[in-house]
Amino acid sequence: MPMSDSAALASTQPDQRPTFGERLRRFYSRSDAMRGYTLLSPTLLVMVTMLCIPFGIMVLMSFWTQSGFDISTSFSLDNYASVAEKPIFQALLIRSLIISGFCAVATVLISYPMAYYVAFHVHRRKLLWIILMTLPFWTSYLLRVFAWKVILGFNGVLNTGLISLGIIDQPLEFLIYSPTAVVITLAHAWAAFAILPIYVSLEKIDRSLLEAAADLGDGPVRSFFRVTLPLSLPGVIAAMLLIFIPTVGDYVTPALVGGPDGLMMANLIQAMFGKMNNWPLGSALAVSMMIIVTLIALAYVWVTRKLVGRIA
Amino acid sequence: MSRAGNFGSPSRLLAAYAILYLAFLYIPVLFLPLFSFNDALHTTFPLKGFTTKWYEQMFYDEKMHQALWNSLKVGAVTSVVATTLGIFGAKAVTRFRLPGQKPIISVIMLPLVIPVIIMGVALLILFSRMGVPLTLFTVTLGHILICVPFAMATLMARFEGFDRSMEEAAADLGDNAWHTFWRVTFPLVFPGVLASLLLCFTISFDEFIMAFFLAGTEQTLPIFIYGQLRFPQKLPSVLALGACILVVSFFVVFFSQWLQRRGGGKPTTGAGI
Repeated sequence: MPMSDSAALASTQPDQRPTFGERLRRFYSRSDAMRGYTLLSPTLLVMVTMLCIPFGIMVLMSFWTQSGFDISTSFSLDNYASVAEKPIFQALLIRSLIISGFCAVATVLISYPMAYYVAFHVHRRKLLWIILMTLPFWTSYLLRVFAWKVILGFNGVLNTGLISLGIIDQPLEFLIYSPTAVVITLAHAWAAFAILPIYVSLEKIDRSLLEAAADLGDGPVRSFFRVTLPLSLPGVIAAMLLIFIPTVGDYVTPALVGGPDGLMMANLIQAMFGKMNNWPLGSALAVSMMIIVTLIALAYVWVTRKLVGRIA
Repeated sequence: MSRAGNFGSPSRLLAAYAILYLAFLYIPVLFLPLFSFNDALHTTFPLKGFTTKWYEQMFYDEKMHQALWNSLKVGAVTSVVATTLGIFGAKAVTRFRLPGQKPIISVIMLPLVIPVIIMGVALLILFSRMGVPLTLFTVTLGHILICVPFAMATLMARFEGFDRSMEEAAADLGDNAWHTFWRVTFPLVFPGVLASLLLCFTISFDEFIMAFFLAGTEQTLPIFIYGQLRFPQKLPSVLALGACILVVSFFVVFFSQWLQRRGGGKPTTGAGI
């Protein structure tokens, strides 16, 4: 170990006055925070650069205008004016918010009993259950959405299956290319984002509180509503947010199973950067969407904090 | 829970629900492998007959091979870079008490809650204004941005999980920081590192939206698949390819999750695991 040898050699000469560099190094090695920040700096630098610079330029571009094939870089609020005025933009944004809202609520509702089961009723092989519940989430999103197209399609699994069983004689047309199809597909795709936070908050609950409730005469239903549910609310609230925010900007699901009635904001943004070739307007749409989603998320957090505060 | 007797058995009901839930998660995905062996162009019931010809077709598809190779390259570089950045970040926030630690972690985790399309178009604008041509390199940059939060979360759990006194002992015995890291810290966090590598690779390999905006003319596998979806006669070979990807992803992710949660790692999902 040549490096530690030389270090040992250096420390055996105490009569030498420490140089400025030496003192700096000593101060540095004593300061935990400085060492921590240095270690953190590459990661933080990469993330901040890759988030801030692109976002800055996108915001800047949203104030430019497209004229023909050129982009005029003089400042203008035209894009935001048309975002605010044209009904199609508002309609798409509201539809995106409603679909994502439905999806967040539905996913949390169907995932809660599952998380509850694993937290309170599974005693062996919990690890296996958790992996099983979250495994599909890590596999190809595109393929999972595509699987729903195969199932819900006009000539898909569900329609042809029901016909060959003799239950229906015409394919059901409402299955695919509708907002419902988008909600189902998204709920399936984002299930892990509901399961994990709810499970964690359920698992954290002190079991002696439940025993206390039982000792004081609460039945299982009462103790669920008075102890378990309120204590698991942080997980539920986090799950809703974790599903709502990314799904508002989802692009693949509406494109594959949404049809014209299920198109969402992200499809329009994509079109602005593709076929319609109006990057400044696309930027303005993206920025507006981010601002509105952030405001909704903040309002949601504020309201739920108040509510949880009142319950607790 | 024994008091629950008076309205059926909630435990059994819940267990039945859990099975249904898992069915909801898994059955839709299982239709892809099922129809990939079906001797028909359409995904309709009743099944027509068993065939492996869609898999055979895959072996002769040059464009698919190129896309697969591209995805492997992007995935490998992404997972190594993201995991390295994750190691720095995770070690820093678990070993040192940093003022402002929470906001810093939130900034690094930000890509988890930003719609990918927003990050995709923002990077697209940046690259085009800077005159950077869209290649696999730009896709890799985008994927690193997505993967670092996952790497960081995986590794933080692992770094928090093991006994810090081991590192202190090594330092007391005269190891310098670099040696302590290689001889003590690294072997202890290795399962976490491996889990992070596998996870980041899978995320990058399967990522579509970012690649859709940043790939230019070089296709990754998900972009290739998306392009094939327009041609109905290509559907069965997409199913075969999808089935292969799903099977491999399932094994890789299962292994990575098992590594991550087994033994040493701090149970990120609760006590008693």
